[in-house]
Amino acid sequence: MISHDRKLLVLCLAVLAVLFALQFVLSSYLVLALTRILILAVFAMGYNILMGYTGLLSLGHSMFFAAGLYASGLVSYYWGVPLGWAFLIGIVASAVVSLVIGLLALRTEAVAFMIVTLMFSQVAFLSTLHFSKITGGDQGLTLPTSARSFDLFGLVLDLTNDTTRFNIAFVVFAAVLLLTYAATRGPFGRLLVAVRGNADRTEMLGFDIYAVKLMAFTLSGTIAGTAGALYGLMFGFIGSSFADFQNSIQPLLFTLVGGPGTLLGPLLGTGLMTMLIDRLSGLTTAYLIVVGVLLIVMTLWFPKGILGTIRDKWARWLN
Amino acid sequence: MAELTLLKTQALSRHFGGLKAVENVDFELQTGEIRAIIGPNGAGKSTFVSLLSGRYRATSGRVSFLGQDVSDMAAYKRVQLGIAYTFQITNIYTQMTVLENVAVAVQNRLKPHIFGNRHVTEAMIEAEAAKAAATLGLGDMLDEVAGTLAYGHQRLLEVAMGLALEPKLLILDEPTQGLSDSEIENFKDVVRKINETATVLLIEHNMDVVMALADRITVLDRGQILAEGTPAEISDNAAVQAAYLGEPTE
Repeated sequence: MISHDRKLLVLCLAVLAVLFALQFVLSSYLVLALTRILILAVFAMGYNILMGYTGLLSLGHSMFFAAGLYASGLVSYYWGVPLGWAFLIGIVASAVVSLVIGLLALRTEAVAFMIVTLMFSQVAFLSTLHFSKITGGDQGLTLPTSARSFDLFGLVLDLTNDTTRFNIAFVVFAAVLLLTYAATRGPFGRLLVAVRGNADRTEMLGFDIYAVKLMAFTLSGTIAGTAGALYGLMFGFIGSSFADFQNSIQPLLFTLVGGPGTLLGPLLGTGLMTMLIDRLSGLTTAYLIVVGVLLIVMTLWFPKGILGTIRDKWARWLN
Repeated sequence: MAELTLLKTQALSRHFGGLKAVENVDFELQTGEIRAIIGPNGAGKSTFVSLLSGRYRATSGRVSFLGQDVSDMAAYKRVQLGIAYTFQITNIYTQMTVLENVAVAVQNRLKPHIFGNRHVTEAMIEAEAAKAAATLGLGDMLDEVAGTLAYGHQRLLEVAMGLALEPKLLILDEPTQGLSDSEIENFKDVVRKINETATVLLIEHNMDVVMALADRITVLDRGQILAEGTPAEISDNAAVQAAYLGEPTE
């Protein structure tokens, strides 16, 4: 609803203002941590479009993250493509990959869809290992010093500088947040939620379900790829571990914790889980057990995640 | 006044394995009428209307709508042409509000393609949805979550969604099932109102509703048309009477 949407937009802008201001108060270690959180939150926001809003659970999103990562990283590494262009190439590549995979995977539903996306992403992962002469395999490739800075309309940006990195991540995060805000409101957002709520009914109200799902899938994969391209270029490293199954579970976990189908859920989930894993791994090497238990608890008692639960109880506009 | 054929089927059949759910049905529907389809459980009524709406594909035979062959057309395209279908089992978006439920339908009418009809705003969609909901007496429940509504209101919401499409043909699959007597009375008025702008095809078990509303009645039995005629003709038809309306009293 229109009045609800305005409230949410105001909240988004407030969150952006706070995030921007944090760089002036946090230590440089935490600013770096926040930079990572923002990029991974972009990944989770992309995932949330498909899983949270459209109700399609993909187990293969590391493939789209990796598509952005490798496309941008490889053109930069081998051909010295300037970083701005490499970033755009990464986005376009992940859009193409997600469109093609979507065309095939969306012919299936439910569990079959999960398996098909998982299988495709395993093929992608194994390909990055198989072609290790080009990709560097699990050793990965470190981008050369020449690819650690770039020229933006005369302004030289140095990617070894923490503040520069944070602000680039912030700008991309803000752009994606506003993009997902727009995509999940109004007619298109309504269609996504309608497909999630009752696909059969939506078709009998005259909508082409396959086309709606394909649009959501492509948008979701492209945003995931944007996060991948950003991650690789910002930290100067591309490796096959980003294409691994674990990297598909990560956005699922972040989205589940924060609240599937809520705009700010992925940011909250990514922030909490990243900080938690960070702290836990300092205490114990078995931190994944704690994460696993937490996931079970969330699924059993808070299946709607933190913001989803708050939305249902107090604030319906928090969609 | 010459009658215009809205919908026509020729030798329409649908088999599920060995079961001939619908077999060789030739059926014609005139513009503006209220037609009831009756018949015992398992007669193939729901399957038949599903073939018209496109939820099922025919095993053989043709369906034409306004002179256009729609036999191979996907369900969503038939909806865009003007064939709306409301489900037998209430099939609404339980998590959405009443307004949002109806808005999905309105959106299809005003903005069938996401990148088309740019002048259509969200405010226009919501205003139209509120109007359609009000037509069925749901005007003061717009912000209520549909899943929490009373069953009778959910049925009305289901019809409101069909109506919001402003279809040429509205197919109602057992709309009064589970409604109370007073709700049924109200529902009859609703159908008459819908009929001012749309042709209505009604599957119904409640003979009182059928007799009150239908211009003509088609009786299906074992996938085939057993009889067709006005309510008076059908109630006088001995075979139908014996089979479906009960034996006459002394």
